[in-house]
Amino acid sequence: MLLIEDLQVKLADKEILKHVNLEIQPGETHILFGPNGSGKTSLLMTIMGYPQYKVTGGKIFFQGQDITNLPINERAKLGIGISYQRPPTISGVKIKQLLEFCTKGKISSEALAEKVNFSEFLDRNINEGFSGGEIKRSELLQLMAQDAELLLFDEPESGVDLENINLIGNTINKLLQREFKIDANKSRREINRERNKMGLIITHTGFILDYITADKGQVLYDGVLTCATNPQQIFKCISEVGYEECIRCAI
Amino acid sequence: MCDLNRKIYQTEERKDPFGQDFDINDYQAVSAPHNYIEDLKALPETDKTRMIQAGIDTEEAKSSGTFIQKDTSIIHAHSLQEGLEIKPIKEALEQYDWLKEYYWKLMPINTDSFTAKAHTDLHNGYVIRTLPGHKVILPVQACIYMEKEGLNQNVHNIIIAEEGSELHIISGCATSSHMRKGLHIGVSEFYIKKKAKVSFTMIHSWAEEMIVRPRSVAMVEEDGLFINNYICLKPVKSLQMNPTTLLAGKGAVARFNNLLIAGPGSKMDIGGRIFLKKENTRAEIISRAITNGGNIIARGALVGEVPGVKAHLECRGLILNGGSMHAIPELEGRADGVEMSHEAAVGKIAQEEILYLMSRGMSEEEAISTIVRGFLNVDIPELPSQLKAEIDKAVGLSD
Repeated sequence: MLLIEDLQVKLADKEILKHVNLEIQPGETHILFGPNGSGKTSLLMTIMGYPQYKVTGGKIFFQGQDITNLPINERAKLGIGISYQRPPTISGVKIKQLLEFCTKGKISSEALAEKVNFSEFLDRNINEGFSGGEIKRSELLQLMAQDAELLLFDEPESGVDLENINLIGNTINKLLQREFKIDANKSRREINRERNKMGLIITHTGFILDYITADKGQVLYDGVLTCATNPQQIFKCISEVGYEECIRCAI
Repeated sequence: MCDLNRKIYQTEERKDPFGQDFDINDYQAVSAPHNYIEDLKALPETDKTRMIQAGIDTEEAKSSGTFIQKDTSIIHAHSLQEGLEIKPIKEALEQYDWLKEYYWKLMPINTDSFTAKAHTDLHNGYVIRTLPGHKVILPVQACIYMEKEGLNQNVHNIIIAEEGSELHIISGCATSSHMRKGLHIGVSEFYIKKKAKVSFTMIHSWAEEMIVRPRSVAMVEEDGLFINNYICLKPVKSLQMNPTTLLAGKGAVARFNNLLIAGPGSKMDIGGRIFLKKENTRAEIISRAITNGGNIIARGALVGEVPGVKAHLECRGLILNGGSMHAIPELEGRADGVEMSHEAAVGKIAQEEILYLMSRGMSEEEAISTIVRGFLNVDIPELPSQLKAEIDKAVGLSD
């Protein structure tokens, strides 16, 4: 479980998250809505442990452990993984090398890459010359290799063409144990009960909701989480009356 | 030779750019001879280890021939392949009259006091030649080894790839583990003839108090290819060189790759100059330098003399633990229609990259060494696997 209590965060002396409370139960996936600059990415980066995001108050617990002051790599080891919107290029370091590090050689990189149609990229340098969709597929591939418990997605649909959005959506569902495949031995209820992967997905446009299912939606407005309800309902509200309506809840 | 001797007296003394001048006469140009070794297995284990660090495989599993000079003596020289000749230069000069057409013909003898010294006090060196049309795919190993404390070693090498031939050389220079101080002067002249292909990978693994002055000039004829790799990841007191390549025939291509790590106290002034003298010639210089407390000058100069040439220079430096890095990329176009470009950058490892790898579970140290290794990974296809491992090890130790 991820539990965030009264989290306050500053970035370069500017307050960007104000008393945020959030709880993601095992098996749950939440959608994080919010206009540009509302602090969505900051929340993800703070959960991941980026040092420039200074926690000035509150706490973050993951699987019962206080991780508020843990370094990034320790959080990754506990099972937190992130798919970045704009990851850096690392020249001379191949995707394959990173995958092999993540899997510790237990799963074949080739087999994983095949799942996201990325085999021919294994020997390419990380993110070097990748298109928007290629970056996303590369990020998802790395999350697959990490086999994280809590998966953070920063705008997984941005820059992805129509041809690939289906693949991206299905891969996210698979990562979050939300695919609808008939299992001869298990009923749907059993499958759902066994689901333990947690997800927090930032979406700006909401398009990804056509491809994935989620349990809850959250709206972040000016550093404040303003509501937590059915994601489809939030999306429809924002589409029709805009984020202005959220201001009224934020005040 | 009279002419050559007259030239020597015209040699100008040149100042070291780091202001670290020294007296050649402080080093002894004589040493006791070493015996010739027929079977490389008979080499002492300590020497073998040092040679492996300079890319020389004493098992000879994947080589087409080996040359080893220890101090002033040739201890091994033989070719395992037809169409490939490997000979000590002194012996070759006596045997082959035609070699005079190559000896000191590209490198002016009066270039500096070091070239002059290599003539007046020549110990030996190698002549490696591929005969016309012979493709020698496995690398030739050429090792210049120093053991005697305080030695001034003077070497002259001539590499000739006859028309349509192919030659790959790993030239490893190393000092024995107990040696500290010495002066190495190495003159090399490369002749890459029409449609010939030569790769020359020089790996230096010196003692910390060594002064090293390689001097080389290459000439590439029509449609010839010259790949010149230089790798020095171990500390050295002072290392200065600026190898020159002349693209003298249409369609000739030259590529330089320099990989450098300068530890505390190391001073390196490493460059490369390529003159594009005929149409459709192409040149590329890639330099990746890391200072870990040492001082590096990374030079690169491209000179386009005629229309229709293409050249690019990439010079990237990282300052990791103090020290200095001076990148000097130069482009000179002397005609309409040249296409020449350069990019240079001196900086540090981006924090964003470290954090990215940490978010995949790497520790900070693992992330930095992965990025540094990637920085030095320029995908030189001719690099043997044990050398890649050696680079990884050296980079790992330098964090």
